[in-house]
Amino acid sequence: MDKAEAIRVDHLTVAYDAKPVLWDISIQFKKERLTAVIGPNGAGKSTLIKSMLSFIQPITGSISFSVDDQQDRAYKAVKNRVAYVPQNTTVDWDFPATVMDVVLMGRYGHLGWIRRPGKKDKEIAKQMLLKVGLPTFASRQISQLSGGQRQRVFLARALAQEADIYIMDEPLAGVDMKTERIIMQLLKGLVRQGKTVIVVHHDLQTVKQYFDDVVLINREVIAEGSVKEAFTEEAIDQTYHQDRNLGEGGHPS
Amino acid sequence: MIDQIVLLLNDYTFQVVALGTGFLGLLSGVIGTFATLRKESLLGDALSHAALPGIGIAFLLIQRKELSLLLLGAMIAGLLATLIIQVMSRKTVVKLDSALSLVLSSFFGLGLVILTAIQNNPNARQAGLSNFIFGQASAMLRRDVQLIAVVGSVLLMLVVLFWKEFKVFTFDPMFARTLGFSSKITETLLSTMIVITIILGLESVGVILISALLIGPSVAARQWTDRLSLMMIIAGVIGFISGVMGTFISSLAARIPTGPTIVVVVSFFVFISLFFSPKRGILANHFAYKKRQRAFMKQIRSLEEGKG
Repeated sequence: MDKAEAIRVDHLTVAYDAKPVLWDISIQFKKERLTAVIGPNGAGKSTLIKSMLSFIQPITGSISFSVDDQQDRAYKAVKNRVAYVPQNTTVDWDFPATVMDVVLMGRYGHLGWIRRPGKKDKEIAKQMLLKVGLPTFASRQISQLSGGQRQRVFLARALAQEADIYIMDEPLAGVDMKTERIIMQLLKGLVRQGKTVIVVHHDLQTVKQYFDDVVLINREVIAEGSVKEAFTEEAIDQTYHQDRNLGEGGHPS
Repeated sequence: MIDQIVLLLNDYTFQVVALGTGFLGLLSGVIGTFATLRKESLLGDALSHAALPGIGIAFLLIQRKELSLLLLGAMIAGLLATLIIQVMSRKTVVKLDSALSLVLSSFFGLGLVILTAIQNNPNARQAGLSNFIFGQASAMLRRDVQLIAVVGSVLLMLVVLFWKEFKVFTFDPMFARTLGFSSKITETLLSTMIVITIILGLESVGVILISALLIGPSVAARQWTDRLSLMMIIAGVIGFISGVMGTFISSLAARIPTGPTIVVVVSFFVFISLFFSPKRGILANHFAYKKRQRAFMKQIRSLEEGKG
């Protein structure tokens, strides 16, 4: 009954300076599931994601990825099978580019160095814009987008990567209801197609409604598993109300 | 007056210098577009100031004015400064802006000390090393123009070749890394291209003002277009015109320095663009705001009338 895992995090410890931000984290993200990563501010959610994508060098521990034909690989070996959606506040939206330009960037990984996107890539980009509900936005300037539209453009860019695993950092932060509905429908659709989706999420109210699996972290893993089993009052309480004093302060997540 | 201008335009020295500064402006405009969009304008300023001691030390070592070797010294000093800035802001508690101004002023100070000290050497006075501070375009030789043209063409070709990589790295560096492009290769290539552009401009525009030539054209160009490729072309054209016009104006009378004149022309373009560009200009924004305000007031009034 248990599905195979897409990502395995094994005894991961990460620290900025001397303070541990993540302590002995072991998680199995299951294949073909929609998983939420939940925890309070400063719990290390973003740090976990950044470690998984090799932006941060952990002190100890390992992370391995499995896609259909390749098992237990390092991130580097399967980069093009993993799509990452950063928080949309991390870029300058006044950059001179159109929506099409940004979505096409999702194709760059498949193209490799120097080669330019062609007709097929533009076709894929257009399809993805249709999927996120922005079919008429291709030539729109990105500075003219609302917060929800920005998030959908980022999602379209990730979809254009045609990956097997999608890792998203707070895709529902600060978006309108309409966008939230569109994004969740899309993510559920991805899972139905056999993809694996991991989402850093902040809204406890919607966890039961939206997700299959959940990981509760606050520097350590408090609980993981199916929403039914792991998302209990007790676990939530432990995640949010207990001061887990592994060195104070630390960096924000 | 007109005779004088015709005479000037036909003057060989003027042609060489105008072409040289024109190329330089074109190159600075294009490469500077990346620096502006990456919000690294200050880095260019720090690098150019940091190049001065490199010139001084290179001259001490070779004892003559061999431009390519002096510029090599400048480049080594510039790259060293980049490294120090990176290490300072990454590994220690020094913030980037503090690291930039510290490196800028300490390297520049060291450069002034070395230059002043070797002014006693008649060789050095003759070589006119102090011209590197404010630049002296009239010292430009045909050879120097050729150097700018050849190196510049290589840089422009790299921009075309790695267009897609530079674009995604400038817009979203984190995402670009997840695509499998090495950030080390792209960043190093881009920074090196910026350093080389600065170094090429040291002789004619000088260490203090070259960053204005790097940043100004792209800031002005951004006002007129929302497309990266067009922005880069406009920046190149503004840079080229500024170089040629600056050289022309400064040649009209004796003792007008070329480098500062070029920068004044660039600033003029920036001023015009910031105020008068149709979509993003300050005036256009002001009128758009007034228009919205009037429309809003009108709506309020009609609502009140409806009530009363």
